[in-house]
Amino acid sequence: MSDLKPRKDLLDIGSLGLDEIEYVLGNAVPFKQLFQRSVKKVPTLRGKTVLNLFYEPSTRTSSSFEVAANRMSADVTNFSVSSSSISKGESLLDTIETLQAMQSDYIVIRHQAAGVPNIVANHTRASVINAGDGYHAHPTQALLDTMTFREVHPDYAGKRIAIVGDVLHSRVARSTSTLFHKQGIEVGVLGPGALIPEGRPAFMQRFQSWEDVFDWKPHAIYLLRVQMERQEGQFFPSVAEYHKMYGMNSDRLVSVRKLGAYLMHPGPVNRGVEVTDEAMSYEKSLISTQVENGIAVRMAVLHWLKPETQKD
Amino acid sequence: MPLRVLCKVDLLSDSPNITTEALLSPERIESAVISLAREIKVRCGDHDFAFVGIFTRGVTLAKRVAKRLAEEGINCPVGTLDISLYRDDFDNEGTDLPRLESSDISFPIDGTRVILFDEVIFTGRTIRAALDGLMDYGRPSKIELAVLIDRGHREIPIQPDYVGEVVPSEMNQYVKVRFVEDDDKEGVFLVTK
Repeated sequence: MSDLKPRKDLLDIGSLGLDEIEYVLGNAVPFKQLFQRSVKKVPTLRGKTVLNLFYEPSTRTSSSFEVAANRMSADVTNFSVSSSSISKGESLLDTIETLQAMQSDYIVIRHQAAGVPNIVANHTRASVINAGDGYHAHPTQALLDTMTFREVHPDYAGKRIAIVGDVLHSRVARSTSTLFHKQGIEVGVLGPGALIPEGRPAFMQRFQSWEDVFDWKPHAIYLLRVQMERQEGQFFPSVAEYHKMYGMNSDRLVSVRKLGAYLMHPGPVNRGVEVTDEAMSYEKSLISTQVENGIAVRMAVLHWLKPETQKD
Repeated sequence: MPLRVLCKVDLLSDSPNITTEALLSPERIESAVISLAREIKVRCGDHDFAFVGIFTRGVTLAKRVAKRLAEEGINCPVGTLDISLYRDDFDNEGTDLPRLESSDISFPIDGTRVILFDEVIFTGRTIRAALDGLMDYGRPSKIELAVLIDRGHREIPIQPDYVGEVVPSEMNQYVKVRFVEDDDKEGVFLVTK
């Protein structure tokens, strides 16, 4: 039997033990198999409530959590910034108070400020799942990326993945690379100088060009989204320039194909910026698999966490 | 009379307050499997049917019975079902962290006669969960239930159609079936706390 300790919240990747990672990724497999059935739903969380609290626009992460919760028969409430009193000046703690009164069992939160999910977690009995906070963490993305990579490379230890793009502003890069590193997968990065953090972890080796990346023979290339909305300064001259320097174009796709490497992207894709139409239809693109695995991983996370809503 | 053996077993801890009796020897298990196969042959032999075992040992039992039937020229597919997600006692607030298994029912079950297998029937709640799980895969023409051991104490109105052995037990006891395929040991044990 399992000797895992129960966990209330999922706030980051760094604090997870390898046994916990194996537990969640292992359980995600049977959840994914449910999608092959005509009835994709199970009654496990019947009568439980999941609250999606999104302070930043998000369609795919919030929908993914919504689908995951629905497939476990939980009731889902979506609370987004533009349609709630958060925009009327309610403070975070007042909002938490309100949510507590609604007796949600699980709170999925995305916020532009790093650390907000931790504050919410400390003030509520519900299980809190960080769905992205500032530049800090996005743990379910890291889990789904790892699941996806491990499906195509079951002997994943020692494999190499190149992350390309805006590493500085990317919580995806932060969480995913941390988890890959924990799994013994090597991580390299390529991107405009201003978007590769100086203080990056030592395990992240930096490449100067695509040629360097291809010489390293990566097993997968992870293209990050160019986050126009999260850049206050000018980090690269123009979108066209970015595409020319770092985008996945036809020539680079030839090299990727020759290597047999897989392509990953967290979505939503900026076509013509980080990736061309041609690269989108590459036969070893894992982008749709990432979406599917995202639902399975989130189901496994909801199944795993233990809220304390019934405690005195 | 069951043979009383006091022994250190993997079933529970070897605390002095726990006693373990061997109820069924490997030979008795084998003859129970043979009688399940015989009964199923008599009642279903002329029809197509399929087995679905409940993880873990229901699957082993189903495979053993299917092997017996195959020796007599009757072949049926064996599917597997993990009912963890259907339990009525899923404890989302406690300490229980179940490891899920992949259910595998690779044959169409619509219109098929399905025989569910579990190693022990006790309260009947596991079978209730299995029926819900099974019916999310399709609509069998008929569902029956086969168990190695019926230990009584039903809490819901579910009864097995095929029974290997009836074993009287108390509510506070545990009936543990061990198969070599799953446990590296063979036998049925009664554990009293």
